[in-house]
Amino acid sequence: MNTRATEIGVGLFVLLGLLALGFLAVQVSNLSSMGNGDGYRVTARFENIGGLKVRSPVTVGGVRVGKVHAINYDMHTFEAVVVMDIQPQYTLFPEDTSASIFTAGLLGEQYISLEPGGAEAILQAGDQIMLTQSALVLEQIIGQFLFGKASESGDL
Amino acid sequence: MTSTDDNLIEIRELRFAHGPRVIFDGIDLSVPRGKVTAIMGPSGTGKTTLLRLIGGQIAPDAGAIKVDGLDVTGLDNKGLYALRRRIGMLFQGGALLTDLNVYENVAFPLREHTDLNESLIRALVLIKLQSVGLRGAQMLMPSELSGGMARRVALARAIALDPMMVMYDEPFAGQDPISMGVLVKLIRELNDALGLTSIIVSHDVAEALAIADYVYMISNGRVVQGGPANELADSSSEWVRQFMGGLSDGPVPFHYPARDYAEELLER
Amino acid sequence: MTGAIQQLGIDTLNSLARLGRRAQFLLQTLSGIGSLLWRPGLVVAQLESVGVRSLVIIVVSGLFVGMVLGLQGYNTLVDFGAEESLGVVVALSLVRELGPVVAALLFAGRAGSALAAEIGLMKATEQLDGMAMMAVDPVKRVIAPRFLAAFIAMPLLAAVFSAVGVLGGYVVGVEWLGVDGGAYWSQMQGKVDLYEDVYNGVIKSIVFGFAIAWLATFEGYDAQPTAEGVAKATTRTVVQSALVVLMLDFILTALMFGEI
Ligand SMILES: Nc1ncnc2c1ncn2[C@@H]1O[C@H](COP(=O)(O)OP(=O)(O)OP(=O)(O)O)[C@@H](O)[C@H]1O
Ligand SMILES: [Mg+2]
Repeated sequence: MNTRATEIGVGLFVLLGLLALGFLAVQVSNLSSMGNGDGYRVTARFENIGGLKVRSPVTVGGVRVGKVHAINYDMHTFEAVVVMDIQPQYTLFPEDTSASIFTAGLLGEQYISLEPGGAEAILQAGDQIMLTQSALVLEQIIGQFLFGKASESGDL
Repeated sequence: MTSTDDNLIEIRELRFAHGPRVIFDGIDLSVPRGKVTAIMGPSGTGKTTLLRLIGGQIAPDAGAIKVDGLDVTGLDNKGLYALRRRIGMLFQGGALLTDLNVYENVAFPLREHTDLNESLIRALVLIKLQSVGLRGAQMLMPSELSGGMARRVALARAIALDPMMVMYDEPFAGQDPISMGVLVKLIRELNDALGLTSIIVSHDVAEALAIADYVYMISNGRVVQGGPANELADSSSEWVRQFMGGLSDGPVPFHYPARDYAEELLER
Repeated sequence: MTGAIQQLGIDTLNSLARLGRRAQFLLQTLSGIGSLLWRPGLVVAQLESVGVRSLVIIVVSGLFVGMVLGLQGYNTLVDFGAEESLGVVVALSLVRELGPVVAALLFAGRAGSALAAEIGLMKATEQLDGMAMMAVDPVKRVIAPRFLAAFIAMPLLAAVFSAVGVLGGYVVGVEWLGVDGGAYWSQMQGKVDLYEDVYNGVIKSIVFGFAIAWLATFEGYDAQPTAEGVAKATTRTVVQSALVVLMLDFILTALMFGEI
């Protein structure tokens, strides 16, 4: 009976398992970039959000600064209301910053890209971004393209 | 018939069947306190089954089993376990725990049921192992023991907690003449010195008779003969004479119930 | 014809009885786990045989699965110029699916079968009966520690599998095929969510651990006490574990990641 060796072996095993869990949390997932909710929230209204989802990234110049917190629908204005969580270290966006919904790659996921404007005033927590550009929906573009072609040929 | 108080075990009208196969068809049996009682019978009559019934591991179809005044069939789990703490049992195959060595096997009931410190446990284990002559084998694993040795270790374990009663299932099987003699003496001495009650299941007529105060013979689901050992030795019963003498011809069939031999051979 | 129908009825009743025994066995086992608080040594000893001894197969398999993911993922992604996302592909596959599922299948084969065989043999050699006659409840003394150890070991092994797999993908993708190391990690961290992916994966492995622990200990305990019975119990454990793990995986995936 080698109880001591067994205990040490099991101790190492449990330690290794916990280390692996820690590795998954810290190195693999977004724990480090979650910002513990002490960031701030801004909203934006879009006519069409395409395939945007909760937790889709929010970027500025390609740098991830936050994520989509919630997506609601305003029945009075017929618009989608997107609430974004911006990490606390990214402040000082001008008030006239614009938000667009882009697609990463040809078929990739959609994300919000913020484009800082030139105003003096700074975007505050709870503010709404006024300038927005909806998602490009592939079917619409193709539809418009075909329609354009059709009317072109009709003119001739 | 002795009065209830003198009997540790009282079995009345016991019936038990394995599916369609009736093992016991109304058995009455009393085991007197402080004595060695042997239960004998041909292989497959249900001797092991009887011990299991007494230990409460299986429930009878009908009848009463009383151990020390307690109705085994009516006990809940807790009561049953409390009763079993006072019963030692030597299994036919030994039933040693294969992942523990000899020492730990004997120490097992002590560790489970007492808070004795290690040095006391050690002393007790060594005493029990010495009494079965296997103190030198304490570090061996069960797989390294012969069948006879394993049974002796199991015996040491069965008496580890100094029970009020020990049930031995075939303690002599697989023992050489020397250890057989030692075991016979040991069982007798344990019984008398510790004031135990012992039940021995055995085919070994000579040994069983040498050691037993009372003998029960079971066959075909019934007690064929029961009484003090010395009376049985000169019994006039043909059945008893056949069994004791080891005669193949007699009222006890050697064969398991079957169709006619010639008919089955010539079939097709 | 009536014979077949009769047999069907008998089989149905048999499986029902088995299900009942299963549930009863689980309740007994769970109620026996409390008493282990005073005997942690019993669980530690089982963690050694169930956990520590499964570690090598888990690490080696995790490494190779991660490397294959790295290679296949790279070959697919490079066509879209998206090989920077390799870390995401490797990590998401492992954390959500392959880690818990493959680790569970390996665990069932390595530890579950051993548990069933060991318990079945203890039954066949009357060790469980012997214990019961010594007034020691075999469910508390033998089953509960093994159940608990398997339940604890499974999530830890699945985590090790995923972690080693991510490293394996790194070795192939970054060291051998030249994907940018910074991108490998940062894209991964950007896309793998702690709650949705990592936690859900861990929950999966916990559920699988419970299922395998239950199946293996029950099959051993319910085995016919013969060599053949033990062999059957061992086989049944592995087959049933594999089926149950895959079925549960589908259900859990639908619940966790399915579109609502
Ligand atoms: N689980 C079972 N299912 C069906 N029949 C059984 C079962 N266990 C035992 N039997 C039958 O019960 C009978 C009694 O078995 P038991 O083991 O009590 O015999 P025994 O008197 O101890 O025999 P031996 O002297 O050979 O040990 C046997 O005929 C056996 O066929
Ligand atoms: Mg027997």
